[in-house]
Amino acid sequence: MAESSLLENPSANGWLRGPVDWARKNLFSSPANSLLTIVALWGLWLAVPPAIQWGLIKATWIGDPAACRAAGGACWGLVTEKYRLILFGIYPYDEQWRPFLAVVLFIVMLATAANPRFWRPWLGWVLVAGLVVVSVLMWGGILGLPLVTNDRWGGLPLTLILSIFGIVLSFPLAVVLALGRRSQLPAVRAWCVVYIELWRGVPLISVLFMASIMFPLFMPEGVTIDKLLRAQLGIILFTAAYLAEIVRGGLQAIPRGQYEAADSIGLTYWQKMRLVILPQALRLVIPPLVGQFITTFKDTSLVIIIGLYDLLSSTKVALSDPQWRAFYVEGYVVAALIYFVFSYVMSQYSQYLERRLSAGARRR
Amino acid sequence: MPTDEIVISLKDVNKWYGTFHALRDINLDVRRGERVVVAGPSGSGKSTMIRCVNRLEEHQSGIILVNGTEVSNDVKAVEKVRRDVGMVFQQFNLFPHLTVLENLTLAPIWVKHMPKAEAADIAMKYLERVKIHEQAKKYPGQLSGGQQQRVAIARSLCMRPSIMLFDEPTSALDPEMIKEVLDVMVELAEEGMTMVCVTHEMGFARTVADKVVFMADGQVVEMNTPSELFGNPKEERTRQFLSQIIRH
Repeated sequence: MAESSLLENPSANGWLRGPVDWARKNLFSSPANSLLTIVALWGLWLAVPPAIQWGLIKATWIGDPAACRAAGGACWGLVTEKYRLILFGIYPYDEQWRPFLAVVLFIVMLATAANPRFWRPWLGWVLVAGLVVVSVLMWGGILGLPLVTNDRWGGLPLTLILSIFGIVLSFPLAVVLALGRRSQLPAVRAWCVVYIELWRGVPLISVLFMASIMFPLFMPEGVTIDKLLRAQLGIILFTAAYLAEIVRGGLQAIPRGQYEAADSIGLTYWQKMRLVILPQALRLVIPPLVGQFITTFKDTSLVIIIGLYDLLSSTKVALSDPQWRAFYVEGYVVAALIYFVFSYVMSQYSQYLERRLSAGARRR
Repeated sequence: MPTDEIVISLKDVNKWYGTFHALRDINLDVRRGERVVVAGPSGSGKSTMIRCVNRLEEHQSGIILVNGTEVSNDVKAVEKVRRDVGMVFQQFNLFPHLTVLENLTLAPIWVKHMPKAEAADIAMKYLERVKIHEQAKKYPGQLSGGQQQRVAIARSLCMRPSIMLFDEPTSALDPEMIKEVLDVMVELAEEGMTMVCVTHEMGFARTVADKVVFMADGQVVEMNTPSELFGNPKEERTRQFLSQIIRH
């Protein structure tokens, strides 16, 4: 009814009558709205033209620092000159096709895993195989690839390794912790509460310090665990605590009747959780889950303090060249852009997933 | 016709919620094929009682036997009882993320390890019986309340239970949908299913029940055939309740 009257009466539908009407309706509908519009336009006027001026018009695309200084704009020559250092850190220069391929593989695997069409039992095995290939590429030592130990890994591949393993491995742990915190067994519940509160009570940076400096002190002599692995474990255990609370929120939102119905048809505890409760609970918490994934992705940049060369650290290394030091803004803008692209894609994907998963099972 | 075999037996069952005494010395036997309607004012413990039968609630003293298995803390025993006892809830409690068909095949596939195709065949058969098979591919949220409740009944039947429990199956329905659900229940009763039904539908009790149990304040006040209980109630509390529900 309402829709058909809108169609019959185009004047009710402002945009049909042109941009002036549209603006009046959407930008200047009230004094407060008009004021906001004017302030926003003024802000854009202050920010956008100078940014374009600096980043595009006056920018130098190829060339040395001297040329940049003469032009007075952004010096993207830094990027053309140093992009391999920024992207791949101190990985041996001649072998950098390997981390490049690893990044490509990572992106292909992410795109595959993200597509609901491929959500089949074999997907897990494909991803495991992909990770094996990535490891072989990065480590080498076999198939005629020279060995590259992980203290030379860096840049984007390192950031992706830390965040993807961090997210993928912390998630199952988080689900177990969330279930444990709601368990009827007091010992299990207590253990999960202690775990979650302990890890949430310390900043990630101190976890990384502990992992890199304190942890080896407690190990028996002769036993060493790789620094990257320690940082990775720290990130996984830390992230799991946060994810667990998000998952618990979802579990609590599921009506008691769902648990009872699952019980009454004879499902066991784990069947009930896996088939009935978690599919609904996780769907509800997609937004905060992806929020935490994005946070984890960005937080991997903290590994700079224990001397791992992730994307941000390797950008910093690139800027340590005295010749280019003045152009740190350009370097960080590029690093920020890379972080932004990944975060934005994750955020968009979460919205797509929400729409797609709620399309069928719309609640009344 | 009910046989002599007792399939549900409650002996001196007591339950407390904290200090609230929800069930007081409940004694009740249900025989195979018997249709028992449990009636009584709200808060009288009717739902609590039938929920103790399949261990959705825990009783603190007394003995509950279902097909000879004692309902206790023993997980295996509870799973056995639940495979044998279907339950229909006031709020339907269908799984909203699964289609109607998936709702029905879930338990046969996972609990009975039935092949998918066989489970789907059985599910379609029961959906036809509750006259809703053309909705098999839809999600519960797309159905009316009455349709959802019929799906819920079919979901329970797919496990081929020997006993069905109904916990106020029509209380959440719009008046015009009550009949379609009651019709299914009457049909089920006529086929000889053992049923324990908490309901306010006295017409249903009159036509279908072998025995009506009247409960108040956590106690079984009176139980008898429907004609005796409705026509000639012995207890003052029963008379009071009947006069209240008959007045409107």
